[in-house]
Order: sequence, then structure tokens, then C-alpha cells
Amino acid sequence: MKNPLDSIWGTIISGLVLTAILYLAVKNFLT
Amino acid sequence: MELIPALARWLHFLAGILWIGLLYYFNFVQVPALKAAAADGTAAGITRHVAPRALLYFRWSAVVTWLAGAALLGGNFVGAFTLSKGLAGIGIGAWLGTIMLINVWVLIWPNQQKVLGLVPATDEEKNKARRVALLTSRTNMMLSLPMLFFMAGGLTHKAGLGL
Repeated sequence: MKNPLDSIWGTIISGLVLTAILYLAVKNFLT
Repeated sequence: MELIPALARWLHFLAGILWIGLLYYFNFVQVPALKAAAADGTAAGITRHVAPRALLYFRWSAVVTWLAGAALLGGNFVGAFTLSKGLAGIGIGAWLGTIMLINVWVLIWPNQQKVLGLVPATDEEKNKARRVALLTSRTNMMLSLPMLFFMAGGLTHKAGLGL
């Protein structure tokens, strides 16, 4: 499987997905 | 003493824009430009005159951003880093920024020194260093998205975001 960080768009999409995961984690488990 | 946090926030923004601006410059501009420049034999101009200067401001603005951010957190510093109630949002932002700072000094800068010939390295070591530096830079770009989300809204807009 290709590393998503090898492309700019793969990096941006990974960042957006990570943002969503962390947001849900903070909202549901840390507030 | 409202003056210190206000000045710390100003400095945090100034240094943060320089740091993340250069991070985006590397990823959006310099990496593809170097690829094109290598093809026509003009990469030396970038690696000799542009990259060292950009890296100088990049690594030191990272330090200033972190220190100003720590000053801005003030009495909330420990609460943020331990993800205490009400401070978890900004705490995640602070942790992401801290990981990014460590990446700059522990992985990006030492490997870029090899790539740019600032420290001696064999061709094999340079190739490995180039790969590590690129992936770490891309990791920081990826982390910058949630970092800026939580920095921007983790404290000031936490009610609006439900945090």
C-alpha cells in the first residue's frame, strides 16, 4: 500500500481524518 | 496582569505563522520545485542559498512559538498537558505542537543537515536522510491540521464546538 504522506493530497486528507478522530475523542471522552 | 498573555499571544501568532508558513512552503513549494530543478540541473541554487535560510527561521520560530504558547497557557500549562476537564481541547493542540517541535529538532534538522551537505554523509546516508526528512515534514503538515483546529477553537470556541 502506498504511503499517503508521499503526496500532498494524501497528507491533507490524513490530517482532516485525524482532526475528526481527535475531535470526536475529545468531545466524547475528555469533556 | 493581562499584558503578558496579550503579548505572549501576539508573539505566539507571529512565530507560529513563520513556522507553519515555512512548513507549508517546504511541502507546497520547495519539494516539488527541487524535483523540477534536479531535472534541469539548477537544484544547487535552492539547496545552497534558499533551504539553509528557510531552515534557520523554521527551527528557531518553532522554539519561539512553543515558548510563547507555554507563556500564554500560564497557570493552565499543567492542566492543558494533562488534558484536564475544560482544557482537553487546547491540551491536544499543545501536545500536537510539542510533537511537531520535537520532530523539527530531532528528525528534520539533523537529516536536512546531511541532505544539504552541512555535515558529512555518504550518498546512501543522504538518500536515507532525505526520505526521513520528507516523511517527518509531511507528518508535521498532517499534524498541523488538527493542531491548528484545536489551537484556534480548543479554548476560545470550545462551547461552540461542544468541547
